[in-house]
Amino acid sequence: MSSDSQAGYGRRLNRVYLGYVACFALFVLLLSGLERLGLSREAIGLIFLLATVLLYAGIGIVSRTIDPAEYFVAGRRVPAIYNGMATAADWMSAASFIGLAGTLYLQGFNGLAFVLGWTGGYCLVALLLAPYLRRFGGFTISDFLGERYGGHWPRLLGVFATLLCSFTYVVAQLFGVGLIASHLTGIAFELGVFLGLGGMLICSFLGGMRAVTWTQVTQYLVMLVAFLLPVAWLSVKQTGSPLPQLTYSQQLERVSAREQELVRDQRELDVMALYRHQAEVLQAKLENPAAALAQDRDRAQEWLDDLRRLSAPPEDIAAAERALYHLPRDEAGARRIWGRELEEAEAKRLPLGGMLPHAQAYAGDPDGDKQQRLEFQSSRNNFLALMFCLMVGTASLPHVLVRFYTVPSVRQARNSVAWTLLFVALVYLTAPALALLVKHEIMTGLVGSHIDLLPSWVASWSRVDPGLISVRDINSDGLLQFNELTLGGDMIMLASAEIAGLPFVVSGLVAAGALAAALSTADGLLLTMANAVSHDLYFKTVEPGASSARHVMLTKVVLLVMALIAAYIAASKPSNILFLVSTAFSLAASAFFPALVLGIFWKRTTGAAAVAGMVAGLGLTIYYVVTHQPWLRALFALEGKAELWWGIEPISAGVFGVPLGFLVILVVSWLTPPPPPQAQALVERLRRPA
Amino acid sequence: MPRPESSERYWRTNIRLITAGLLLGFVATFGLPFFARDLSWRFIGWPFGFWVTAQGALLIYLLIVSGYAWIMNRLDDRLPGADGNPRA
Repeated sequence: MSSDSQAGYGRRLNRVYLGYVACFALFVLLLSGLERLGLSREAIGLIFLLATVLLYAGIGIVSRTIDPAEYFVAGRRVPAIYNGMATAADWMSAASFIGLAGTLYLQGFNGLAFVLGWTGGYCLVALLLAPYLRRFGGFTISDFLGERYGGHWPRLLGVFATLLCSFTYVVAQLFGVGLIASHLTGIAFELGVFLGLGGMLICSFLGGMRAVTWTQVTQYLVMLVAFLLPVAWLSVKQTGSPLPQLTYSQQLERVSAREQELVRDQRELDVMALYRHQAEVLQAKLENPAAALAQDRDRAQEWLDDLRRLSAPPEDIAAAERALYHLPRDEAGARRIWGRELEEAEAKRLPLGGMLPHAQAYAGDPDGDKQQRLEFQSSRNNFLALMFCLMVGTASLPHVLVRFYTVPSVRQARNSVAWTLLFVALVYLTAPALALLVKHEIMTGLVGSHIDLLPSWVASWSRVDPGLISVRDINSDGLLQFNELTLGGDMIMLASAEIAGLPFVVSGLVAAGALAAALSTADGLLLTMANAVSHDLYFKTVEPGASSARHVMLTKVVLLVMALIAAYIAASKPSNILFLVSTAFSLAASAFFPALVLGIFWKRTTGAAAVAGMVAGLGLTIYYVVTHQPWLRALFALEGKAELWWGIEPISAGVFGVPLGFLVILVVSWLTPPPPPQAQALVERLRRPA
Repeated sequence: MPRPESSERYWRTNIRLITAGLLLGFVATFGLPFFARDLSWRFIGWPFGFWVTAQGALLIYLLIVSGYAWIMNRLDDRLPGADGNPRA
């Protein structure tokens, strides 16, 4: 395409998306008008859900294609700014949109590792990968490994690593879709999963990368508005400025001062003492759960018998029956339930419910006693290690990297990374502000108010899921203390509109934004996995001569199968899925980063070395995660508890895998004969000026 | 087709830019947050360590990425025989 027609294409896109933004604004205004006329919350939620899913499916139908270049890389003519938006949507998952503000609320400064890691990764993409991958101009990341290193093994390892880190990620996105849909409309969780899946599948099945790109641009715009609107409103309410990013320093000061007050508050101290007592009781029970359970049951039975004998009022008898019924069924159940209660009590016996002061960098104290110094060092090491893994992982996730194949030129690839970072940063600069504004609202507005007079959103979200928010007046003074409030991280974003006092329609918008975040990421992931299987596994390895129509058809079938498996797993509500997602960054980093970077920047890198490095890096990361994560240890029937290496948590396992990968590639490359001339010629081609 | 020596010079400039960008990024990501506890002076109303981790580093990243794109694109413009690249 000439640059003139490319410019015309860009102008046409601008018109289409301006029109879309106008329609979207009208749609939201219309709904808010209908809300005033008495449209119910469920109806608003359902309209939002259906409208957005239909919109995404509609884009899929309009951009359907069977041409491989269109299907795999959107015809390589996506302008840099639109690819920036699409990459930002592809990149920001349900975890970024909903979870990040919550993490920042709960962890304060220490949560900033996610903000830095998830944005800093784009420096690596811009400087080390995107321009060269675009110059290479393939279809998938394993494509690059296969061409650069020759032979089937690098390509197949690439496919394996792609599937390994993308599959759990996609399951988690679908899980998020189910949660949001059921929160928003009250439909069943499984139905939500399959409804979201339907819209997504029509899109990626019919139009491949072309449809996914244009849907992701649409979704980015929804996400951005949904994220910024409630925060701006909350900020106007608290500080009078609609730009909280610039002014939340005053709130940081106020929250820090309030934290000092709360730590010394007598009622808070009472609550902490009660929880300390509760923790001691639970600890004693857990030493011998079977006996404790039998004793509890006897006592509850006795109490019930006494009430019956005295012909107490029926509601008292019913309450005693319920208490008996709700006791753990068996010893394993007692261990689980009491263990959870103990964990909660252990946190709530500490000041601020175990949270660190918001502005404090790292736990522990560098000037304190030995224990505190160790805690400080371990906290800081883990912060830096997590940041490293998230950065390198961002620069290695296949579904993000393939997006840079879709721009028209190397220069546009460079520009596109800058746009992506800008669009991601808009959200990531705002998330810390949201966390702090909500904390201010809760510490000054909610804490100390009468338990019966709490705002209505507390009760309504508690009904949806007590894990999101629950209140327990443990010292029975009728007032809410900070430690009597349990807040799940996801609550911060989901309820931000209501906390800001905005109408329900904005809550619907926030949920639609969360849905967009989950669906856009899931779309990109599914397509990447399907391409890896059909392009690299089948087209390049099994049947190289297959026709292009067959190529695209096969990808569609694989896509459908993958999507159904992922949805089936998501619908069974797997626990622990969130942990697997966070390790995806470490896995991707150790599998891809050394082989990709050395393949571009060091001509001497050989195929055998790349294979060895990928296996060693990925192997070490998997080994560390499996042996150090308690839940995976149990799954693989490993006994006892493993000592952490230098105190590094398993989520940051990549901090060992990535350096090992580099080391192995360097050493093995020197030990093996230099790569063949065509590999060297490929590297030469990548390095020439655009 | 650019002459080999100009293409070599282009690559050397590129490597220097990349090194500078990575160093700057390293200082912003690992250098400053490492000392976050000690960087407690006020900076436009913020404790400096908090600000640099929550906002400053992001602005530096934006500077690195857009600065690199700008310089490299201009370098591409100046080289002979450099128009759009082949589309695969």
